[in-house]
Amino acid sequence: MEQQRTLSGSSQSPRSPSSSPPFLSVSVTDPVKLGNGVQAYISYRVITKFIELLLSSLLFTAVLMCVVGPFLIRRVGTRKWNLDPQTNFPDYQGPEKIVIRRYSDFVWLRDRLFEKNKGIFIPPLPEKSAVEKFRFSAEFIEMRRQALDIFVNRIASHHELQQSEDLRLFLQAEEETMERLRSQETGIFKKKPSDLMQIFKDVQSKVSDAVLGKEKPVEETDPEYEKMKHYVFELENHLAEAQKHAYRLVKRHRELGQSLSDFGKAVKLLGASEGDSLGKAFSELGIKSEILSAKLQKEAHQLLMNFEEPLKDYVRAVQSIKATIAERASAFRRQCELAETMKLKEINLDKLMLIRSEKVAEAEQEYKEASFLKYPPLKAESEQATKTFETIVKLMNEEMGRFQEQKTLDMGIAFHEFAKGQARLANGIADAWRSLLPKLEACSSS
Amino acid sequence: MMGSNNHTVDDHPLSAPLRDDLENLVLHDDHHHAEETKSFSTDYRSAMSTLPESHHHHPLSPPIVTTPVDFDPLRSPPHLHFPDSPNPNSSTSYIDPPSYAEAVFAPFDGNANGVEPPSPPLRSPSSSSEYLHITVSNPLKEQDTSNSIVPGGNSYVTYLITTRTNIPEFGTGPEFGVRRRFRDVVTLSDRLAEAYRGFFIPPRPDKSVVESQVMQKQEFVEQRRVALEKYLRRLAAHPVIRKSDELRVFLQVHGKLPLPATTDVASRVLDGAVKLPKQLMGESVLAPHEVVQPARGGRDLMRLFKELRQSVANDWGGSRPSVVEEDKEFLEKKERIHELEQQINGASQQAESLVKAQQDMGETMGELGLAFIKLTKFENEEAVSNTQRIRAADMKGVATAAVKASRLFRELNAQTVKHLDTLHEYLGLMLAVHSAFSDRSSALLTVQTLLSELSSLHSRAEKLEAASSKIFGADKSRVRKLEELQETIRVTEDAKNVAIREYERIKENNRSELDRLDKERQADFLNMLKGFVVNQVGYAEKIANVWTKVVEDTRGYVDEST
Repeated sequence: MEQQRTLSGSSQSPRSPSSSPPFLSVSVTDPVKLGNGVQAYISYRVITKFIELLLSSLLFTAVLMCVVGPFLIRRVGTRKWNLDPQTNFPDYQGPEKIVIRRYSDFVWLRDRLFEKNKGIFIPPLPEKSAVEKFRFSAEFIEMRRQALDIFVNRIASHHELQQSEDLRLFLQAEEETMERLRSQETGIFKKKPSDLMQIFKDVQSKVSDAVLGKEKPVEETDPEYEKMKHYVFELENHLAEAQKHAYRLVKRHRELGQSLSDFGKAVKLLGASEGDSLGKAFSELGIKSEILSAKLQKEAHQLLMNFEEPLKDYVRAVQSIKATIAERASAFRRQCELAETMKLKEINLDKLMLIRSEKVAEAEQEYKEASFLKYPPLKAESEQATKTFETIVKLMNEEMGRFQEQKTLDMGIAFHEFAKGQARLANGIADAWRSLLPKLEACSSS
Repeated sequence: MMGSNNHTVDDHPLSAPLRDDLENLVLHDDHHHAEETKSFSTDYRSAMSTLPESHHHHPLSPPIVTTPVDFDPLRSPPHLHFPDSPNPNSSTSYIDPPSYAEAVFAPFDGNANGVEPPSPPLRSPSSSSEYLHITVSNPLKEQDTSNSIVPGGNSYVTYLITTRTNIPEFGTGPEFGVRRRFRDVVTLSDRLAEAYRGFFIPPRPDKSVVESQVMQKQEFVEQRRVALEKYLRRLAAHPVIRKSDELRVFLQVHGKLPLPATTDVASRVLDGAVKLPKQLMGESVLAPHEVVQPARGGRDLMRLFKELRQSVANDWGGSRPSVVEEDKEFLEKKERIHELEQQINGASQQAESLVKAQQDMGETMGELGLAFIKLTKFENEEAVSNTQRIRAADMKGVATAAVKASRLFRELNAQTVKHLDTLHEYLGLMLAVHSAFSDRSSALLTVQTLLSELSSLHSRAEKLEAASSKIFGADKSRVRKLEELQETIRVTEDAKNVAIREYERIKENNRSELDRLDKERQADFLNMLKGFVVNQVGYAEKIANVWTKVVEDTRGYVDEST
């Protein structure tokens, strides 16, 4: 069954995942062009429905379940309920909240989630459009709206990500607040000073290693992980090619539609010249051609939305994984560095102890300090880095499994829609032409 | 000798009594031309004569059968005009036609070797039991050994023209072949144009001098071979032309083509130059039969000049010509043909772009399929989880379907080309129509020229008579002049009558050809439409089946997510 996509509709795309409890259902709707000239942008209405499951009155809930059916809605006005005590679910204003957001707000959300949830594959965003003219075409706007809708719902249904405060802000903060948050991001240079420092240190250590001739392993050597990385990179190439051809196929449908329409017109003119039964036959042919032209244009749109877009989405998802791979690599490097530094200090201490210098006490003190005292203790830092890295590894493995499952499902749907569309089109063509045959027979007998 | 050559004609099923009468006429008339070596005039005469009114005249049969010594009268059966659409065997099952189409499609590919698709003719021709089947093949390079100034010789390509026919007039057996070069084809086409004025004669392939330089030799030769074959087959399909001596000679007589070449410009100019002084002096030196040919450059300077003057006079409306194109019906038809031509042209252009769009669709679908096959292979190789294998299997289903659909699109398109080609064919025919109409105009112009010539001769004669009657006693030179003038008037009168007859003949040819065109065009276009539509239905059904399978296979995903 196909859900009709309308610009102002609030129905979800069939690809938007449905939430696990607590139910957080989001709709991105109603794109409106605001602003002037170069500054013009599209704003979207983001509607959040927050559905709570009242755990405290189970019996009541059970009764309600039987009576109301699969949808369980218990409105509690504006009171905030903290539900499952095990989750850190932020306080949502329920049952419904509507805010206005623009594309850069979504980008803000994606970036914040990416920083704070290393190891998790953040759902991908649709691209910024490079071509000015195309930016406000109805088709592009609809494609983007659909993709944004899917983006938010994926976050809302992800077990970890849905608990993010950033998500809550995005879904609930007033527009002015959002604008302030957004402008805190420094645009292209999204890295914070501490990140820049880290990059600098990385470069520095790499250089010094090269100079000192140290053979420090900067990359993991886990063969399974290597295999996974190779898989991801190769997959992107294959998918990009498939998507390219899918896009071309959309164009071909449009072209065929256009030429059928032109052909129909020319044939109708010919029919007018011929007259009699032959003329009538030509004119019928022309009419059918035009009908089929319209069918082709319609199918082209369906193909774009239900086949080409999912493929594109797949490509973006793989790119998001690549970003996570990069994060893991840098986490690994950090862990290695700190471990190395720790080891050096220990070696130093041992050395000093061996030569029984008066510096031993000094070194010991240093080591103690490093281990236990005050400032970001080196050991703690090192342990933190290790923990970070290991979390990423764990999360990635889970994510990978989830990703594969999800993609099989997504692709299955996309293939189904694709095949359905093609079958529908072909049957439509066959029916249209078939209806013409008795008329042609009649012409020849007369 | 005539008798021996003519005996085969009696076997012709077409109106035997009529044939006999024609033969009688031939026997009588040809006695005069027994010594005629120039077959041109014989052929010409065949074209120009008309039959006695008392006989029921089939407008499309040749006026006279002349059988000079070398020639055997040719009877050729009707032949396929155009590659016909596959015959829809039944109107119920549309899956069959495409498979029939497939059977037809394969040989269509093989048309490059001159293999004819086995489809039966869908339009019943005038006499259905005779056939004239022509194949052009085996291009060879040959040297022109005679009078070549350039060392290394002048080389040209010859083609093997094979004819298969059951027409008795081609006595030499069911199949025979002859080698011809392109120049011979030009000659044939020119001779036919002279002999069959007013008919819609299929236009010959272009000389395309530029193309022959630019293209690869082989490619060009092949292209020309195909074009020649098409041309000869069209000639063989024309109910009148196929019975012409010109065509028969071309197909059957070995060695140098014994039809006079028209390329000898020098002698023609000389001819004109020799005649010019005589004409300037007011004597008509044209034999009546030469009048009915349109004035040719170089051959007939004086005549050209006069006709030009006449046409100017017509245009300026100074002297109203006494014979005008009054046939309103004809003018209406002409207008209609013009209109039709424009629409056919438009449809033909759009047909081309439709074909291209279908081809592109097929190609891209195929590329998509291949991309998915690569993906499938990749996923299977790298699979670490079961879900990947499931996805790979789904993908394979889609890929296979896409590749199948792509192939079907390509087949569909090849058939579409065959059908819509009818539009292109008729565009080509329009050229023939135009030239037939201009035959008519130039014949009319000749008549008008002669008429005004006559009237000026008459007025000169009157003046002379008036002048001489005033003088008492015969002025010998004046009398002589008057006599000469009257002789000229007589000759011109004869020429005028011949020209009028010719004009009427051409008019009749135009009319009958227009009828034929209308009938054949209706039938051809209807067949084209049917073929096109049946084709589309068949292939659309097949493509739908291919995708329906994938829909079923992936149905689980949609049920799951709802």
